[in-house]
Amino acid sequence: MSQKMTRRRLLLGGAATAAVAMVKSSFGKMVQTGIPEAAIDPTKQVGPLPGILGTRSPFEHPQRKASLTSSQTPLQDLYGIITPSDLHFERHHAGVPAIDPHTYELTIHGMVDRPTVFTLADLKRFPSVSRICFIECSGNFRKPDKETITPQDICGLTSQSEWTGVMLSTIFREVGVDPRATWFLAEGSDAAVMTRSIPVSKGWDDAMIVYAQNGEAIRPQQGYPARLLLPGWEGNTSIKWLRRIELSDGPFMTREETSKYTEPVKDGKIRQFSFTMDARSIITYPAYPVQLQKGWVEIRGIAWSGRGKITGVEISTNAGKTWQAARLQEPVMDKAHTCFRYLWQWDGDTTEIMSRATDETGYTQPSLKELIAARGIGTGYHLNPVTAWLVKRGGEVVYRPEKWK
Amino acid sequence: MPYWACVAGIAMISCERRVNTAPAHFGYGRPATQQEIAAKAIAIRPDGKGLPAGSGTVQHGAVVYATKCAACHGVTGVEGPFNILVAPDTADAIPFDRAPQRVKAIGNYWPYATTVFDYVRRAMPFNAPGSLSDNEVYSVTAYLLYANKLIDSTAVMNAKTLPGIVMPARKYYVTDNRKGGDGPYE
Repeated sequence: MSQKMTRRRLLLGGAATAAVAMVKSSFGKMVQTGIPEAAIDPTKQVGPLPGILGTRSPFEHPQRKASLTSSQTPLQDLYGIITPSDLHFERHHAGVPAIDPHTYELTIHGMVDRPTVFTLADLKRFPSVSRICFIECSGNFRKPDKETITPQDICGLTSQSEWTGVMLSTIFREVGVDPRATWFLAEGSDAAVMTRSIPVSKGWDDAMIVYAQNGEAIRPQQGYPARLLLPGWEGNTSIKWLRRIELSDGPFMTREETSKYTEPVKDGKIRQFSFTMDARSIITYPAYPVQLQKGWVEIRGIAWSGRGKITGVEISTNAGKTWQAARLQEPVMDKAHTCFRYLWQWDGDTTEIMSRATDETGYTQPSLKELIAARGIGTGYHLNPVTAWLVKRGGEVVYRPEKWK
Repeated sequence: MPYWACVAGIAMISCERRVNTAPAHFGYGRPATQQEIAAKAIAIRPDGKGLPAGSGTVQHGAVVYATKCAACHGVTGVEGPFNILVAPDTADAIPFDRAPQRVKAIGNYWPYATTVFDYVRRAMPFNAPGSLSDNEVYSVTAYLLYANKLIDSTAVMNAKTLPGIVMPARKYYVTDNRKGGDGPYE
């Protein structure tokens, strides 16, 4: 805090505090209208009374970074594994639709015994299930060419919530899915009328239709009032604002599974239906723009895999020459962001720090070089390389750019 | 214990057993009528299933394109500012895995012509999605296929002709082969 700010607070703090602390509502009750930014001495002044909605401290300003097409979660500002719902990343193709939950309907038809229309209330009557898992956009990698970028810039298109809803397998049994059905189309009711074809096997496995996120109704930006949730699969397949499911004996070859969300790979091939998100990790502290001090540093970050649990995260503090195991923070869950920590004594010399995750299939997060060797340089999807932070002699931490070739 | 208490107790136990097993059907929701399904099921399959009646021509499509599409996609489909739609496939093109800047468009990247109809009808034009008539969608589809050198200027697009168009990119498509594990990276 600068001297100027301190003086300003000292001068204005008291008066500003009195102005926002309590207001009499039209019912004669005292209501809380905001937490004052700076009381001179909080033990000498009564604060706001209980209110109907909580607020963040006025000192905290975590924010997503929004572009025309998406907004990224500030990974470096988060603690633990749950993304606050208003910081969950957003990616949609024609804006956020306004849907009335009272008129909302989900139609399931095609290769089923009983084509059925469910209201939101119907969906909520089914046995409910809650699970924690990440949702990550398969385009969650920026090809950085400069040092001054944050974890949010590199891979802020992943977020984690506790989701509550009904297992899709329960709904499949309810409508009597034809055993010969191999794919289903999921369709949203946004202005893009977003569609993806999904193998029926995922529906029987762990797919859900969810209506709640982190203890409350799903936010409009995340698919209110109900969305598909395909744990571990690229975010685009978890169709938001779900209005229709059509069981079929083949994929529909929609625009989002042909023209988009496919990736050029070796020998001129185009890879399609790349659903699963491979294991990945990123150090969220220390990272740009942190200024480091010599001595003990707890390196922190998150690791996740669409194929199951994270079994290990290794840290290198010498630019990849040697690797040591980081400690995983419980809970370590299936297809979920998992926190890791590693205590490091920085001697003040220039070095590079990096993390690499391994999941329960034995897959270890590759370097960018290994990814390019396997696929070529034509893709923007499913890139999960090890990310390195350069710690400079003065304590400046920056991203270490890599050549895309 | 009196007789009635025994009977009540047994009845309660059997009730508990029953609620612990999920029923075959809960009976929630209402049957969807054929009529409402027909109104909602707009997806087109690559074999053409789902395509509506009607037809369109390249000439009519050029007019619709100029009025409804060109502002975003460019006068001839290559100028932008938004997605470039026209890039015919060429034999001497550098494969996409070695040319990240190469434009991916209908002619060189889309594997099925039916997708053009499906997507235009559901999501375009961006400022008025779903506003085109089926004939207009057929015509715009015809125009875009013609611009990508996939059909000639006299071709008529309808439910019969559209699925028959062979898209050059289709031969490049492969299904995901990643499996995790400690094998080579894919």
